[in-house]
Amino acid sequence: MQRPLTTIDDVVIRFVGDSGDGMQLTGTQFTNTTALAGNDLATFPDFPAEIRAPAGTRAGVSGFQVHFSSKDIHTPGDAPQVLIAMNPAALVANIKDLRKGGLLIVNTEKFVEREWQKADLQANPLEDGTVDDFQVVPVQIAKLTKEAVKDLGLSLKDTDRCKNFFALGMAYWLFSRDTAPTKTWIKAKFKAPFDEANIRALEAGWSYAETVELFHERFDVPAAHLPAGTYRNITGNEALALGLLTASHQTGLRLFLGAYPITPASDVLHYLAKFKDFGVITFQAEDEIAAVSATIGAAFGGALGVTTSSGPGIALKGEALGLAVMTELPIVVVDVQRGGPSTGLPTKTEQSDLMIAMYGRHGEAPMPVLAACTPADCFVAATEAARIATSFMIPVMLLTDGYIANGSEPWRVPDLSELSATPVVHRTEPEGFAPYKRDPVTLARPWAVPGTPGLEHRIGGLEKQDGTGNVSYDPANHEHMVRLRADKVRRIEDAIPPLEVFGDADGLLVVSWGGTYGSVRTAVEEARAQGLRVGHLHLRWLNPFPKNLDELLLGAERVLVCELNLGQLVQILRARFLVDALSYAQVQGKPFKVSALLARIQTLSA
Amino acid sequence: MSQHEATAEEQPTPSYTKKDFMSDQTIRWCPGCGDYSILSQVQTVFAELGVARERFAVLSGIGCSSRFPYYMNTYGFHTIHGRAPAFATGLKLARPDLDVWQITGDGDALSIGGNHFIHVLRRNVDMVLLLFNNRIYGLTKGQYSPTSEEGKKTKSTPMGSVDHPFEPCALALGAEASFVARTVDVFTTEQREVLRAAHEHKGTSFVEIWQNCNIFNDGAFADITDKKARAEKVIFVENGQPLMFGAEGARKGLRLSRRLELEVIDVTDDNLGEVLVHDETNPVLAMLVSRLKPPFPVAMGVLFRTSRALYEVGVHHQLELAHSRPGAADLRKALLGSSPWTVAG
Repeated sequence: MQRPLTTIDDVVIRFVGDSGDGMQLTGTQFTNTTALAGNDLATFPDFPAEIRAPAGTRAGVSGFQVHFSSKDIHTPGDAPQVLIAMNPAALVANIKDLRKGGLLIVNTEKFVEREWQKADLQANPLEDGTVDDFQVVPVQIAKLTKEAVKDLGLSLKDTDRCKNFFALGMAYWLFSRDTAPTKTWIKAKFKAPFDEANIRALEAGWSYAETVELFHERFDVPAAHLPAGTYRNITGNEALALGLLTASHQTGLRLFLGAYPITPASDVLHYLAKFKDFGVITFQAEDEIAAVSATIGAAFGGALGVTTSSGPGIALKGEALGLAVMTELPIVVVDVQRGGPSTGLPTKTEQSDLMIAMYGRHGEAPMPVLAACTPADCFVAATEAARIATSFMIPVMLLTDGYIANGSEPWRVPDLSELSATPVVHRTEPEGFAPYKRDPVTLARPWAVPGTPGLEHRIGGLEKQDGTGNVSYDPANHEHMVRLRADKVRRIEDAIPPLEVFGDADGLLVVSWGGTYGSVRTAVEEARAQGLRVGHLHLRWLNPFPKNLDELLLGAERVLVCELNLGQLVQILRARFLVDALSYAQVQGKPFKVSALLARIQTLSA
Repeated sequence: MSQHEATAEEQPTPSYTKKDFMSDQTIRWCPGCGDYSILSQVQTVFAELGVARERFAVLSGIGCSSRFPYYMNTYGFHTIHGRAPAFATGLKLARPDLDVWQITGDGDALSIGGNHFIHVLRRNVDMVLLLFNNRIYGLTKGQYSPTSEEGKKTKSTPMGSVDHPFEPCALALGAEASFVARTVDVFTTEQREVLRAAHEHKGTSFVEIWQNCNIFNDGAFADITDKKARAEKVIFVENGQPLMFGAEGARKGLRLSRRLELEVIDVTDDNLGEVLVHDETNPVLAMLVSRLKPPFPVAMGVLFRTSRALYEVGVHHQLELAHSRPGAADLRKALLGSSPWTVAG
């Protein structure tokens, strides 16, 4: 039967199930297909730290939210209109987010007593009023999947593992998506007979939605008006890896990654390990300290050294970073932030490593710090970090977070001609060489690498005499060097662009940094649409701050700093600029909801 | 590829003298320290190796021994406590063309750096790793170390240490080292031989050098360095030669007991055949020999040597293999990924 096709601008859909139900895969496939359909999109994968928590429990619930639109969007959306729940635990953990009147598709076979009990429920949530406010679509997903693949000779377990594709097939029908890209992917990914089984499940889901009158309408979300170009969908960690690869190409330096597996940064190691054909060396070290140490060793040898980690690893790297500061070697340190302290919330997002990035080393050891703001922006931020590191001969800290690292969005792939070459040449001229003789503008010391005749020299952690680089305990030299290292960081302000305010600069100025960009920008856009005098100031560089930050903060009527910590940036801004900035802080392991930010902006604007 | 690898053409190596490897920095070890002798032997050997001076990189961690790079007129890097194997691994991976040497001590390598020590040996990165073992913390002024004997009275163990010490060579063998040797600071001739052999070996060449700290642990090795006693208390092992020691006219040898333990016998013409012959490729024998301690003689020389794959060679082999495939190293393709789409203007 032909159902009416309703055109809408904007959809948020969330797939939820057990960690073993393949929800991340389902979400990723839906995302890729949606990207190919030309929508703007943003995703929010949300999964537990345990690989397989006990089946059916709330602890094991894994979700993937996709926001797609025919308009320019910045967030994965606050609340889904469509929720696909594979079991009772997934339903109760997510139902509070579903919009009133939203579509709830449930895998009914899991709504039996044994399963509610695993989710600590006393009654069937489909019958106790929990879902009264929603359009419930009950589907026997497991049974229908079994029917679709029955003659392929699969075990019960393998049959059950196809049911996520049945759910995906229904979602594709509902939003008029093409199933071809996923079929192609399945064929490449799975061996027989699992490829056939998954394709059948996908088709069965589509046909079931098409045939059975469970849905009153289907939807079309037209392509967004994106600038011309070639696009791909990209996660933050992929973009980061590609940014580092591109930086290696731009500088002409070999890329060396020293890393130890840690959530949510490991994917950067995985991606870069695939670029061996570019000469990229990935060294999976014995621990976090070895990872950064090998990176510094590689930089001493003339490579573009990068180490990637998350909070606990960054803490372990602290001593070696002091050495990198002392020896003025160019490395990039990436902190994909997660909820802390300690193991904390390893798969959840937070922005609570700003202080350790800025100050978390022994001695006076300033490092330049910048933060990426969206998944695709990780590419730009990585090239920027490498540019500053190599041109100033300094270790640079790049902050991202679990939200933008795992989240994805469409990215207009730059043409190679847009990526300016900034070749780095190591010193070879012995005449006038001294290891700590500096460039007058950047204060960079020469990068003279082993193997170069006539430039033999020694570096190390003991304080250096400026110029000669010899060990020096002279009190005046130490003060000179401490101030010089700080001055070197400060001079980076001449190499970074000034800040621009989006909207009104003289009203309520909402300040953000890092991965909260999208939520804050959306909230400010909505507030401005309501006629409020609000502006958005987003910081990429946190050390040094851009030169015009001072005047922008002091020129605003009020300043509100939004961050996913207990107010780390606001503390720095208040101390540095004597500005009476307010803080909007949240630490729930989740990104800001636009509605919550908007409410705060409205209150302050009243 | 790095600019240096591309230009690292073979050129005739200048002839050097020891002096060419002496830096202009004032040496700040205590007068009488065993480190002076080791520095002198290393500088002497470097001049003989036929390696261009700029190819040497000497790295170290923290401790008295780790000041070593400052005194070598080569490229040098004085890094952080215990981590030098990791710095050296990163350097060698990025620059396989370099001749990498690492200097460490018993605290640096076996205490704070224990993890990196075992992993560099396991990986078999081509470098020489010299561990100066003085069985004490010198730079922090006299605390017991992981090689100090049980009962050692120091500032931090006024009633004597209750820690059981490591045997560094045995630890290295356990960590799959491909080359394990031992020597003593004052055994200058033998030390130079060991250093040459260590350099010649491809892989991580581990050399333990017993070194006297005349301030905080003076005479730790006096028993064996005493010239008169040496013949009785030291066994210099040599591949293919019987494991024998003792003064002229009183030859002694080592044989294997039924309990698979070494035992000392007085060698006669009749029992010469029972004396074990050193086989440096035998890890079990190397382990037995490395663990000899009084009343047995202590073993010196190359205890173990085997040839196995080099880590950095394996890494670079994969890079070359990947690079040789059709369509390799296409940045545009890498950026586009597997499913790009085009938006028309």
